[in-house]
Amino acid sequence: MSGSGALENANPLIFQRSGARLLTASDEDEDVHDPIDDREIFDILVVMSINDPEHPLSLEELNVVEQVRVQVNDTDSTVGIEFTPTIPHCSMATLIGLSIKVKLLRSLPDRFKIDVHITPGTHASEDAVNKQLADKERVAAALENSQLLEVVNQCLSTKSL
Amino acid sequence: MPHQEAAGAMAADGALLVSLVEEYVSGLQDSKAEDTAAGIKANQFTILQLVEALGVSLTSTQPHTRARGVQLLSQVLLQCHGDLSESEVEVLIAFYENRLKDHYVTTPVVLQGLNALTKSSLLPTGSAVSMLRSLFQDVHVQSLMLAERASVYSMLLNLMESREAGEKRPYQLSPCHIQMSVKLLSTNRMFPPICFQELKGLGADFVFGFVQSVDGERDPRNLMLAFQIAKNIIYRGYELGKFAEELFEVTSCYFPIDFSPPPNDPHGITQEMLILSLRAVLAGTPRFAEFLLPLIIEKLDSDIQSAKIDSLQTLTACTSAYEHKDLAEFLSGLWASIRREVFQTASERVESAGLAALTGLTSCLSRSILSSDSEDSLNSFLEVVLKDCQHHLCEPDLKLVWPSAKLLQAASSASYRACHIVAAAVIPALVEQYNSRTQGAHRRTILEVMQGFIHTVKNTSQSAEDSDVLMAQRDSLCAVVFSALSENQSDLQVTSMRVLSALGQQTGLLLESDVERAVDHLNRLILEEDDSGVSVAVIVCAESLSRLHPTAFITKMVPTLKQEIFSAESSQHAARQRCVSALAAVSTQPSVVLESAPVLLEVLSAAHAGRGGFSVEEVVAVCFSLQRIADQALDTSQETGRFFHDIIIPRLLTLALQAALQAEGSSGPCSPLVEEAVLSAMVGVISATCAKLQPDLAGQTASRMVSLFLEGDVSFLCDDSFPPHIQLLKPGESWSRSQMVCLLMACVCSLPRSVEVPQVERLMEQLEELSITCSHALSYTSAAKCYAGLVNKRPAGESLSALIQRSTERVSSVLDASPASPQRTQAFTLLLWLAKGLLIRYHPLSTPLTDKLFCLLGDPELGSPAADSFSLLMSDSADVLNRDCHADVRMMYRQRFFTENSAKLLEGFNSAATTEKKSSYLKALSQLVSSLPKEVQLTELPALLSLLLEALSCPDQGVQLSTLSCLEPVLMEPPPALIQQLEALVTRLLVLTCSPAMTVRISSLRCLHAMSRFPEHEVIPLRARVLRALAKPLDDKKRLVRSEAVLARADWFLLGSPGGK
Repeated sequence: MSGSGALENANPLIFQRSGARLLTASDEDEDVHDPIDDREIFDILVVMSINDPEHPLSLEELNVVEQVRVQVNDTDSTVGIEFTPTIPHCSMATLIGLSIKVKLLRSLPDRFKIDVHITPGTHASEDAVNKQLADKERVAAALENSQLLEVVNQCLSTKSL
Repeated sequence: MPHQEAAGAMAADGALLVSLVEEYVSGLQDSKAEDTAAGIKANQFTILQLVEALGVSLTSTQPHTRARGVQLLSQVLLQCHGDLSESEVEVLIAFYENRLKDHYVTTPVVLQGLNALTKSSLLPTGSAVSMLRSLFQDVHVQSLMLAERASVYSMLLNLMESREAGEKRPYQLSPCHIQMSVKLLSTNRMFPPICFQELKGLGADFVFGFVQSVDGERDPRNLMLAFQIAKNIIYRGYELGKFAEELFEVTSCYFPIDFSPPPNDPHGITQEMLILSLRAVLAGTPRFAEFLLPLIIEKLDSDIQSAKIDSLQTLTACTSAYEHKDLAEFLSGLWASIRREVFQTASERVESAGLAALTGLTSCLSRSILSSDSEDSLNSFLEVVLKDCQHHLCEPDLKLVWPSAKLLQAASSASYRACHIVAAAVIPALVEQYNSRTQGAHRRTILEVMQGFIHTVKNTSQSAEDSDVLMAQRDSLCAVVFSALSENQSDLQVTSMRVLSALGQQTGLLLESDVERAVDHLNRLILEEDDSGVSVAVIVCAESLSRLHPTAFITKMVPTLKQEIFSAESSQHAARQRCVSALAAVSTQPSVVLESAPVLLEVLSAAHAGRGGFSVEEVVAVCFSLQRIADQALDTSQETGRFFHDIIIPRLLTLALQAALQAEGSSGPCSPLVEEAVLSAMVGVISATCAKLQPDLAGQTASRMVSLFLEGDVSFLCDDSFPPHIQLLKPGESWSRSQMVCLLMACVCSLPRSVEVPQVERLMEQLEELSITCSHALSYTSAAKCYAGLVNKRPAGESLSALIQRSTERVSSVLDASPASPQRTQAFTLLLWLAKGLLIRYHPLSTPLTDKLFCLLGDPELGSPAADSFSLLMSDSADVLNRDCHADVRMMYRQRFFTENSAKLLEGFNSAATTEKKSSYLKALSQLVSSLPKEVQLTELPALLSLLLEALSCPDQGVQLSTLSCLEPVLMEPPPALIQQLEALVTRLLVLTCSPAMTVRISSLRCLHAMSRFPEHEVIPLRARVLRALAKPLDDKKRLVRSEAVLARADWFLLGSPGGK
């Protein structure tokens, strides 16, 4: 899972970062209730960086996460994320998915049900990865493993950009 | 007898000296060296006597005794080198040179002595050479200890200084000195080398000796010295002879420097210092080119980012000293490396270093002189660059378009010639690309690239005629811009307007017809485009174009906007707003102001008359636009000043007065011009105008104003139907009339201090009266502000003091009147403003006034407003008593006030009986602290900490917020006092994350976030609790709160977790 040896993807396509969310008057208004929306979840995820010394890039720059692939329903308390590995054989896919899941678990209220899976048709072992990510116990067990937790935490440390 | 006494004294001194030597050498008492030096300084004995007394130890058979003897002499010399005569120095040098051949244990102390001698100003001719010869011959520097090596280097430096300068310069070596020298590097080269025949006499031997002695040095402190010597060798024109490569070898082996100072390093040498010193050596001479450039190319292949950056920066430094012949051989290799770095890197620092290096290379080539038979090196280099980059601009997926464009722009920004070559090739290609693309995003990218090139052309051309590259492409560029403007995509429009501004800033580039077409487009966008990004861009673009092309704006834009403003019904509110701000934006030239300002005035009179359906907000916006015009146009032009003085101000006043009189008479709806918001906006216009008018016009305006308000003189107003002798300052008059005093304030309080206000005594008397007796809030506040503004500018002296005394007494008598006076609020307002006016100019009489404010904190009725008033005291007010109004504002009055008064607050807080009183004190305190600069806050914090923590649990949200805002910066670098109070701090902050006020929630979350960066062992016990508590704000109803909670919680999760921090 670590990026040792030859690089799998030496020259990834880099995508432009979108600007910060614009503040509106209702954001400042005490009485307005702002629902949790797609963009908000997207903003939480994009600051994550993949632990790859050759490409210390954010998920947005690698186009792993896109705003259109984030589905939030605040009233039903559900979040659905589709992420796209950079290449179909990317060995980091499980790690990326796990990191996204952990990030959301830490950043969203308990009431949310979080579903993270690979964008259909973009990875060779899509089903296996999706199954792992959907299995609560496997996720919990993975986070007991301190080596794995270390890698996940590194992805979650926001760099000072 | 006297003779005998002297002889007796001498004998005693001699005995003393012998005993001192004895105790030092055999008794090993180091302190005796000090005593001996002191004796020599006091002329008790001479160096000669000392040497004689040392005789036995210096000739001892024990090397350690000899070393000890020499050590005493060296120690003494270190202190007394200034007192030596030339012949003494000569003898001592000969002695020391000889001692270099002695047993190795003596070598360190001998070097110490030699080092001391080199500091003497009286070095005999030839001694430097002989010293160095024996040094290089007899000593193997790298087998010495660290301190001895340092003394060898400082000896070399001393000799270079004294032998070169010919005069004595104290040369104490310290890191900061070296740093300074590094900074002075470029200036050093300006001076022709002074006399250093002597060291030069050694020729290349000196360089060789240095190379040998430095080879293998490892200590950063010594390296700093060694680099300094090497730099001197290079910059002062020493003969390098055949040792250039050796000198390069011994210094370049450290390149690129990788050094991390140990923690708590007392020497303060940083990697940066070493890098800069080494770079000065390596980049110092073209003779190193053949060795350095291959090294740079090699190091650019490195995986370490800092090595890449250092290499690129060193290359950039080289290019200022090199010529084409030095670079020629390596150009293609350098270009290949730079291109690779810029294309592949993800780091902005590497990219910008690479681009700077390319600019350096190109400008070096641009400087080179062409010989008739050789090819133009710049041309051929740029051909290669263009060949490698240009095709990326045309690739269908535009993948490498940005790095390529940046490279090309970096190359072209080097010189005019380079820019000409690149732009001539690239711009037509870009135009063609634009026309062949259909996707909006691609077109936008190409436009942005184009804009970059136009900027580079602008920056490199020295005169207006130079932009002929663009001239040739003008028509096609304009066509591209206009086609983009007519697209229906906002980002394309925004970018094309940037390109248009860039083109429009080039004198003589755009034709009048082009500008007119552009203005048509802008008009259309202003009227029709609702997108906020576009409207901002339109206004910026219009502003920049109007500077060079005012005519088109006068004939085309102003009439169109005017028509729109008056024709649109109130449903078109947004369009009207845009028209009004566009009018202000384009008024950059006096000729435009003459057209645009009257339109705005017309809006005001229409609003006053009730025509056109203008809302209060629109009227306010119009006033803001007028103020913007005053701000931007008055600085530059006399003409505009006169226009404002003759037309704008009288008409504004006329309208305001008409509205005031009309409001008195009728009971129906009033004109919007009596609204407080509108009046405050008018204050801005008048104040900006009066502050910037030429002094004579400002004086005239002031005297008209004063006679209007004191005598009711309406002759200068534009309406002759006013009744004569209008009373404006009489307290009994209606509110609509008395609030006009704010316009008086705007005028007389903004005048430059050199302009006299006529009848100022009488005016102030009436203002004081009005401020205390009037019952309309805006009127009495404005009168108080006006009074304070005038007091602030009055010259200090008897009359001012008497005036302040009188007002103070009056205010106090009202405040302290025993059946509470109905005018207490008014008196308090006057007290506050007067205190502010005096406080900011450090007037001693401000103290009784501020003390009075402190007393009022305990007042049941005025306690809370008094607490609020401290933020007013400490902050700049928008309309009076600020620097723009030429008020007398001293530096750091806030700190001064705080240091003088914080004790009073603490005392007051401790003695306050009720919670309301306590909270008033807390509020005042937190407002004082939050107005202080961060450095002062940090030093004051320990004393105030417990009080601030108390303030966090105070129910008043204002207190909470201002306390949080002073805590937040402090938490970034927590002082030890804070660490001891962690528990209390966290408890209070966590409570505040559920506060009803959103700003309090956000601030407290930020503070909690900052706490996650505290030393881990201190905060880890709090982790579980904080994480639990932070789960709640994750579900806050406000998004801004949630995002702070997410950030804070994420970092608390990482705390103490593997891979976290």
